[in-house]
Amino acid sequence: MKRKKWSDYLWLVELTYLCLGMFNILFAWLGMIFFTLPLAIAVFGGGKAYCNRYCGRGQLLDLLGEKLHLSRHRVPPAFLRSKWFRYGFLLFFMTMFGLMLRNTYLVFAGAPLKKVITLLWVFKLPWQWAQVDLVAPWAAQFAFGFFSVMLTSTMLGLVTMLLFRPRTWCVYCPMGTMTQGICQLRNGKEMSQHGGTCKTGSGTSETACK
Amino acid sequence: MKLIKKMARVGRECVACGCCASVCPRDAIQILYGIAAQVDASRCVGCGRCAKTCPAGVIEMIEWSNEK
Ligand code: SF4
Ligand code: SF4
Ligand code: SF4
Repeated sequence: MKRKKWSDYLWLVELTYLCLGMFNILFAWLGMIFFTLPLAIAVFGGGKAYCNRYCGRGQLLDLLGEKLHLSRHRVPPAFLRSKWFRYGFLLFFMTMFGLMLRNTYLVFAGAPLKKVITLLWVFKLPWQWAQVDLVAPWAAQFAFGFFSVMLTSTMLGLVTMLLFRPRTWCVYCPMGTMTQGICQLRNGKEMSQHGGTCKTGSGTSETACK
Repeated sequence: MKLIKKMARVGRECVACGCCASVCPRDAIQILYGIAAQVDASRCVGCGRCAKTCPAGVIEMIEWSNEK
C-alpha cells in the first residue's frame, strides 16, 4: 500500500463543490479554479501534475469505480482515445462554453436572467429557487451556465465510469486534452530527444519514441 | 546474461492521465513531460496492474529481453 498524502483527499473538494453549487448556484464560480489551475500548471512547466496528483474529479471517479466497485471495468471503445475524437470533443466543448459566455454577455447587456440549468447541452432544468440577488444578473447567469457545464461533465464522467473503467472520463476530458496539448507544444522537443533511448527497448511509450 | 521477463509497454495513444503511475506498486512509471507515460524496465515486475487500470486501454504486457 502506498502512503496517503494530503493530495489524495482532493476528491472531497470536488464533492464539496458539487454540494455547494446545489445549495447556492453562485458557488459555481469557485469552479473557475478547476479550469485555470490545470492550464496554469501546464503552461508554467508543471506538466500534467494537476491530472496526475491534484484533480479531485479524477479521484472521485476512481473512488466510486474502484473502491465502491461501481465500474464494470471494461476497456472503453478505441475511438474514445483517438486524437480526432478527443480534439473534436474539446472543440465541441469549447464552442458550447463560448455560447455560455455569449449568454452571460447578453444578460450583461440587458437581457433577462434565465434561472435554468442545462444538462447535456439539451435538457433544461428550472432552478427558480436560486437566491442570486447578491450579485449582478450577468454574474448569476455565468454561474448557471458554468454549473451546467460542471454537472454535464460530471454526468458524462459517471456514466463512462459505470460502463467502462473508473477514470474513462480522463481519456476525453477537455482539460486533460488541453493540458496534454500544451505540454506537447511546450516540451515536444525534449520528449523526442529523450525518445532516443527508446531504441534500447527501455519500455518507453511509443509516443516518446516517435 | 540474457534476461526475459514480462513488463508493461505503453501504446501511442496514451493520454498522460497518470492512472497507471498511481497504481504501480514499484513506482516504475512516470509521466514524461506531461505527454506520455514511460515504464522503467529495471523497476517493472510485470504485475499488470497498470494495464488493468489504464482507462485508455493502451498498456499491453510484453515479453522483454535485455538483449536484442
Ligand atoms: S483528465 Fe480531467 S478529470 Fe482526469 S485528472 Fe485530468 S483534469 Fe481531472
Ligand atoms: S506491470 Fe506492475 S510493476 Fe510494471 S509498470 Fe505496471 S504496475 Fe508497475
Ligand atoms: S493510465 Fe494509460 S493513458 Fe493514462 S498515463 Fe498511463 S498509459 Fe497513459
